[in-house]
Amino acid sequence: MIGYALAFGFGALGLALVLNLWRLFKGPGVADRILALDTMVINVIGIIVLTGIAQGSAASFEAALLLAMVGFVGTVAYAKFLLRGDVIE
Amino acid sequence: MSAGTLSVADLVVSGLIVLGSAFALIGSWGLVRLPSLMERLHGPTKATTLGLGAMLVASVAWFHLVEDVWTTHELLVSVFLFVTAPISANMIAKVHLHRLRQGEPSAGEGPAGTPGPPPGSADWATHEAPHEGTPGDFIGD
Repeated sequence: MIGYALAFGFGALGLALVLNLWRLFKGPGVADRILALDTMVINVIGIIVLTGIAQGSAASFEAALLLAMVGFVGTVAYAKFLLRGDVIE
Repeated sequence: MSAGTLSVADLVVSGLIVLGSAFALIGSWGLVRLPSLMERLHGPTKATTLGLGAMLVASVAWFHLVEDVWTTHELLVSVFLFVTAPISANMIAKVHLHRLRQGEPSAGEGPAGTPGPPPGSADWATHEAPHEGTPGDFIGD
């Protein structure tokens, strides 16, 4: 039963990533593209968590935590650069 | 572990996985479907909190019920995401507001129109450095 749920989860997250890619290419604004990249990071964290359940390994959660941190820093850096013209002042 | 408890664990974990991934999909669908950026911000935040929250609780439950290991890293991930999601959403909204005020044609305004200026002599803290009158000017703090 968990196998079916995991298959559904991987399918849903893959479709979500395709939708995010559509928004990333379509735009129209720069803020939309930042938002699409941020959402892609969230969906990839979801895929990593589901992979951890599927493989029964606790090692993938360090990857999830690391990606959560790097994704947040990346989003803030994009926004900061557009707002102030500089990332670290 | 008996067959009864295993099936309950299966049910709980499967339900949480399906709930979480459905919320993630709905959040991304909202990102595509909604007409303006301020509305589009609404979708992915649900995917972050409810979607990933449910998936991480499913992971904790799976390791506890099926593998019989008590792990809490997953909760650390969800706490971190709950703290950072509003901050990144606020930053993206500020970028959008700044672009709108610059008259960027690609930054379409929402159904509520362009936000009016804040009251008094204050200014939206988007582009310029904090000066007297903006929040965080450190004068009189």
